[in-house]
Amino acid sequence: MKSIELLGASLLDWLEAVGRAGIFLVQSIFRLPVRFKESVNLLVKQLYSVGVLSLVIIIVSGAFIGMVLSLQGYSILAKFGSEEAVGQLLALSLLRELSPVVTALLFAGRAGSSLTAEIGLMKATEQLSSFEMMGVDPLRRVIAPRFIAGVICLPILSLIFSASGILGGHLVSVQWLGVYDGAFWSSMQQSVYFDTDIMNGLIKALCFSVVVTWIAVYQGYECVPTSEGIGKATTRTVVLGSLAILALDFILTAAMFGDF
Amino acid sequence: MSVVDAYIKVQNVSFSRGDRSIYESVSLTIPRGKITAVMGPSGTGKTTLLRLIAAQLAPNSGTILVDGQNVHALSRSELYKVRKKMGMLFQSGALFSDMTVAENIAFPMEEHTKLDAKTIAGIVADKLYSVGLRGAASLMPSELSGGMARRVALARAIALDPELVMYDEPFTGQDPISKGVLVKLIRQLNDSANMTSVLVSHDVEESLSIADHVCILAGGRVIAEGSADEIRASNDPEVKQFLNGEPDGPVPFHYPEESISSRATL
Repeated sequence: MKSIELLGASLLDWLEAVGRAGIFLVQSIFRLPVRFKESVNLLVKQLYSVGVLSLVIIIVSGAFIGMVLSLQGYSILAKFGSEEAVGQLLALSLLRELSPVVTALLFAGRAGSSLTAEIGLMKATEQLSSFEMMGVDPLRRVIAPRFIAGVICLPILSLIFSASGILGGHLVSVQWLGVYDGAFWSSMQQSVYFDTDIMNGLIKALCFSVVVTWIAVYQGYECVPTSEGIGKATTRTVVLGSLAILALDFILTAAMFGDF
Repeated sequence: MSVVDAYIKVQNVSFSRGDRSIYESVSLTIPRGKITAVMGPSGTGKTTLLRLIAAQLAPNSGTILVDGQNVHALSRSELYKVRKKMGMLFQSGALFSDMTVAENIAFPMEEHTKLDAKTIAGIVADKLYSVGLRGAASLMPSELSGGMARRVALARAIALDPELVMYDEPFTGQDPISKGVLVKLIRQLNDSANMTSVLVSHDVEESLSIADHVCILAGGRVIAEGSADEIRASNDPEVKQFLNGEPDGPVPFHYPEESISSRATL
């Protein structure tokens, strides 16, 4: 009996937290900064720290994943004598699956954790209270620009990841393994469709970006304002963010590509 | 007690955090245009009192009137209007770490006034001058010492010429010179700008030296209220224990333990 009670209590806690996080999200989006110039400045600053500073890790990981995919794909495809299909394999797996998922995972680790830690530290040093005391809503001054920047950046980063991965794969399969250059590109051209492959990948990336950034800013805002609390919140951002991405990816893939 | 022109009236306020009761029916007044020191041991909820006054926290029962308005009955936008009349100096300074000193002080003006950049720059220089840090305008908060950061935060708290300034532990962690500077500044600002100041502190000497009115909180209630001299002359054992820093007395040395019986029911 006790364990059922505990289960119910934790479910209720969880539901309450989700509800709070939902209200928090709605409030921070619908209370945008009033002064247009200021809000643009804040957003650009965040776009830089969330997006531009994540470029290196995204480009490098993209290139390596493209290279590994080509090596693996080539060794299998060569058995059937269809090495040039490596271009198709590369483009489809990157665009549909790997780019959004891996980018989002890296984003949760790189940008999400830093968002949580930054907001948590602002809370611990009373900067958030300070905004409130000045009659400035911290949700619109601190949270909104960070959330919007995250949502804008991740889909773009995912595209950059794909491009970098395809170039990396091209390097391995065409330059090193000797796949015919024209066949590499033409197999890709024939099999990749804009609305099913590229758009679906972008939709996935957009969903992930909303979820990951939401988790990151919420964990920062709600953290216990001590060094231990911030550490825990940062860990939760990465763990919850990664799990949410993988679970959501399955649901989205089933909806987009599954034959029901 | 004589009738005073009260700027803030705290009436029968009770507040608890979780199961722990912080205040039980606390009433006190903060007179207009004076410096009021709220003192008490750590953990008696002195900072909580400031947050209740600023309506960042809501009491479980009772009312708090600031300049005649019940701050907890206001809508969000009305509350933000009232808060423009308040300045608060946080314990940590709470300077915005991504802005320079000058931008920090300019921020409330940019947010709430329609002044042009030049006028704001003039006021910023003025406020920095009054805390003796005009040369530090372009520094980042991370480059300041603790005492300087608190003075900058003070300059920011008075940027909008508030009617009420609340100081949360202004002397904690300050060297004797900075303490002296802060004491002088708080007095000066209060008298020259006709502000009402509330000061929360457990530094007995500094607080008594500048306060016109003193409240001592302990164990969730007000144990003494009056002028600094009245407090010094008090015979109440709790007050004496606090002022003289005796380790044990009416305020217990030991944090209350859970009784065995309450543990058993868990």
